[in-house]
Amino acid sequence: MDQQSRNTVFAGGFSNPPVASAHAFRAAMNAMARPGQVQKIAGATPPEGISVAAGSLLLTLCDPETGVFLAPDVDSEALRGWLAFHTGAPIVAAELADFALGGWQQLQPLNRFRIGTAEYPDRSATLIVEMHRLDVPNAMLSGPGVKDTARMQVPELAALQANAALYPLGRDFFFTSGSQVAGLPRSTQVIAEA
Amino acid sequence: MSDYNFAYLDEQTKRMIRRSILKGLAVPGYQVPFASREMPMPYGWGTGGVQVSAATLTPDDTLKVIDQGADDTTNAVSIRKFFEKTAGVDTTEETAEASVIQTRHRIPEAELTEDQILVYQVPIPEPLRFLEPRETETRKMHALEEYGLMHVKLYEDISQHGAIATAYAYPVKVEGRYVMDPSPIPKFDNPKMEMAAIQLFGAGREQRIYALPPYTQVVSLDFEDYPFEASKADHPCDLCGAEDSYLDEVILDDAGSRMFVCSDTDYCRSRCEAGHSGRLGEEAA
Repeated sequence: MDQQSRNTVFAGGFSNPPVASAHAFRAAMNAMARPGQVQKIAGATPPEGISVAAGSLLLTLCDPETGVFLAPDVDSEALRGWLAFHTGAPIVAAELADFALGGWQQLQPLNRFRIGTAEYPDRSATLIVEMHRLDVPNAMLSGPGVKDTARMQVPELAALQANAALYPLGRDFFFTSGSQVAGLPRSTQVIAEA
Repeated sequence: MSDYNFAYLDEQTKRMIRRSILKGLAVPGYQVPFASREMPMPYGWGTGGVQVSAATLTPDDTLKVIDQGADDTTNAVSIRKFFEKTAGVDTTEETAEASVIQTRHRIPEAELTEDQILVYQVPIPEPLRFLEPRETETRKMHALEEYGLMHVKLYEDISQHGAIATAYAYPVKVEGRYVMDPSPIPKFDNPKMEMAAIQLFGAGREQRIYALPPYTQVVSLDFEDYPFEASKADHPCDLCGAEDSYLDEVILDDAGSRMFVCSDTDYCRSRCEAGHSGRLGEEAA
């Protein structure tokens, strides 16, 4: 590892971890509790190519107890080094992952990620999906956390509908772009915008 | 404050709790196991709620803590002081001022907003526990959505007492899927659970966290011919005259005289300050 990439690995963590992660978690919790509402999340400066939002989520939620899967489009020595230094999270196969990071296409097929079991539906993967933008709504949402209906930009309808049909099993999603995050838990019903 | 990590818990513990909260929000009403820590207070004094609050608080928050509606009881005061000391957050007794409210066994009378988070202290998170003591069995019953036993219990209430006698910790069904213990709040509070705020439930000794996102459908179990009724003492508050609040009965002397007062002390105080007065309002003031 040359000097440059070593610097990238050590830099970019939370400057004041207890406070920064508390703020980041509040954003993540609001995102998961209120599907469709875009939250601002920041604090981390991850390696090139990874959004601030995704980096902040990883620093807030990952540690040596959580396996992380990196899709091919985001997997790099720099990111592996950065995650290892700041979180200590092991990099694992998709089938074992607690968290997964990548673009929507590169995360496919979704059915390799864990959906939990009937007795422990919480033992499922949380996918952090990198998006170009989050402000072009193409889906209508309803369910817990949504008053009447909400609108949201999603990368694909069919796969998310199939995921919701597994309820109470299924995967949960964070969609990230820049320093923005939106959440989509398995409990949300997704239909095409009229 | 500098002697403690922010909000007392270490960062890895908070991450673990935060992951459980997120899964709890994704599956409303399902009890997520978590590795509850020992806290500097005994089990039964809100260790679950305190851990959830610690993982949720930011330095910008204003915390309110109530114990059966009151801000000034031992449990509420000590938890408030705990977070003043370990997190340095502002505290308040006014419901509308608070961004995080930790509660033991009540929901405030004032309607909560989207900017607020309500954290419940839960003693026994499993609604089926007194009907089936084995965790392995109750877990299966939740998995199979097998809740007949709970209806039998409510039916036995009716057959013995003529009505559903359960007055607190009244079981609810969340989004038509999980039967959930709303913690020992009076059933008067059950209809308030479909609210704009995020609700988080922490059971420290039993090591469970569960959650309700805003506007989640929460239905109190009942029968067509014995519908759920949110009951309260049939009196106005003797201090502020409120007819719509949940009341505590207070014995005043050995001759049997008594008074009814709002259990929500902030609600009662703000009404008194606004000029409302009940039967004993003038004397008390």
